Amino acid sequence: MSAKAIVVSGIRKSFVSGKASLPVIDDVSFSVGDGEFVAIVGPSGCGKSTLMNIVAGFERSDQGSVRVGGVAQSGPSPKGIVISQYGSVFPWLTVQQNLMFGLNGDQHGDKAALADHYAAIVGLKGFEASYPHELSGGMLKRVELARAFVVKPDILYMDEPFSALDALMNLRMRNELLRILDEERHTVLLITHDVEEAIYMADRIMVLSPRPATIQASFEVDLPRPRKLSSALAQALREAILKELGL
Amino acid sequence: MIVDRLKRIAPSLLVLAAIIAVWWLAVVLTESAIFPTPWQVVTGAWELARDGTLWEHIGASLLRVGVGFGMAAVLAIPLGLWMGWVAGAYRMFNPIFQMLRPISPIAWIPIAILWFGVGDLSPIFLIFISSVFPMIVQTTSGVHTIERRYLRAAANFGVSRSVLFRRVVIPAVLPEIIVGMRIGIGVAWLVVVAAEMIALRSGLGYLIMDSRNAGNRYDLVIASMIIIGLIGLLLDSGTRLLERLKPVRWRYVR
Repeated sequence: MSAKAIVVSGIRKSFVSGKASLPVIDDVSFSVGDGEFVAIVGPSGCGKSTLMNIVAGFERSDQGSVRVGGVAQSGPSPKGIVISQYGSVFPWLTVQQNLMFGLNGDQHGDKAALADHYAAIVGLKGFEASYPHELSGGMLKRVELARAFVVKPDILYMDEPFSALDALMNLRMRNELLRILDEERHTVLLITHDVEEAIYMADRIMVLSPRPATIQASFEVDLPRPRKLSSALAQALREAILKELGL
Repeated sequence: MIVDRLKRIAPSLLVLAAIIAVWWLAVVLTESAIFPTPWQVVTGAWELARDGTLWEHIGASLLRVGVGFGMAAVLAIPLGLWMGWVAGAYRMFNPIFQMLRPISPIAWIPIAILWFGVGDLSPIFLIFISSVFPMIVQTTSGVHTIERRYLRAAANFGVSRSVLFRRVVIPAVLPEIIVGMRIGIGVAWLVVVAAEMIALRSGLGYLIMDSRNAGNRYDLVIASMIIIGLIGLLLDSGTRLLERLKPVRWRYVR
């Protein structure tokens, strides 16, 4: 974990509406190591998603810098794939076509075979020719994960990835994600309001303050995997994080 | 299965039967010399079908709609995509189209006759004018309403502009294009009949006017009207079949 996948320094961002300027992010700095799984938790409306948009290259900060893989972030690229709560699987393409979507150029070899390989990894074998509207919410999430893994991104940006799923499916997808991450090491930046989700998956948890967002506290999650949320250590950590959130 | 289907269509059949019964009764009771009974309409239509004139008129109308609508679609779909995608093109053309759109195609008839005479070109022009604007507007708004999450995902995967257009923009707009085509073909069918009433010597619109002028053959007038309705229904259900295509089904399910 010597190399730094993401280095964020001194980011500020305000939204201007009319004459008023609303500061959303106020001097945020952090870094994420190569292969590290970092979670950012914070109250809703605190600017979490804006922070992620800036790190992933979809928005620009007013001040400060973002370096990804050692170079200044210049815009979205397949090196960092965003998986959001809303999902963005293309409904007009089949599962296989969705998985092949990001495979541009000739360096990928047999694209269909590669797509089918990742479909199998996420448990979508047999659904390659299905259209998204024929799948359930949990399966759609699997398509989205597989579509990201196919292009072998260095970083996964996950913005409340499982919050639109029902509680059971949410739990199941956490395990699925960890299982795949065991096979294919990626750097992950997870944004969530679910403290238990963060404790279950992340190596490190940063707590954001209410708007304008600053990093209020940071916790190493030094628990053996597979983790048990009911363990005393996990519960103590949960208490500490909730306390930071004012609960 | 068959019983279920019967149950579903029974109410509308009942209404139809009631209309025919009232019509028949009214004609008999008023002893009208001109207004035909339903049976006279049926025999009139049969007469036209047998001597072949009906098919010629239907063919003439469909040909005009086909050519006019086809040209409109070929122009409107690319233009609508361009206007939806390029803000400058939208600002340049949209105000003009919004002003031209509410002008009834019937109002163009004098200009059509002036420019294209009284041949086949006039109704084709009128059909073109009537169906091109709804298709442009629908396609443009289809581009404008593409959900941002799909464009973001495409940007995230770093696809080229041409891939973005072919794999994201066009498929996302396709359902709206089909809606535009349904509206366009519906208006085109309305307009062809009106256009043919003015100056032509063929087509279903001409058939209606000719039947009236040639000895008050109202049985043929009503037969033509019913045939126009049935063909319009067929055209619409034909376009609706496009909605069943796999790559656009997502828009219509749920």
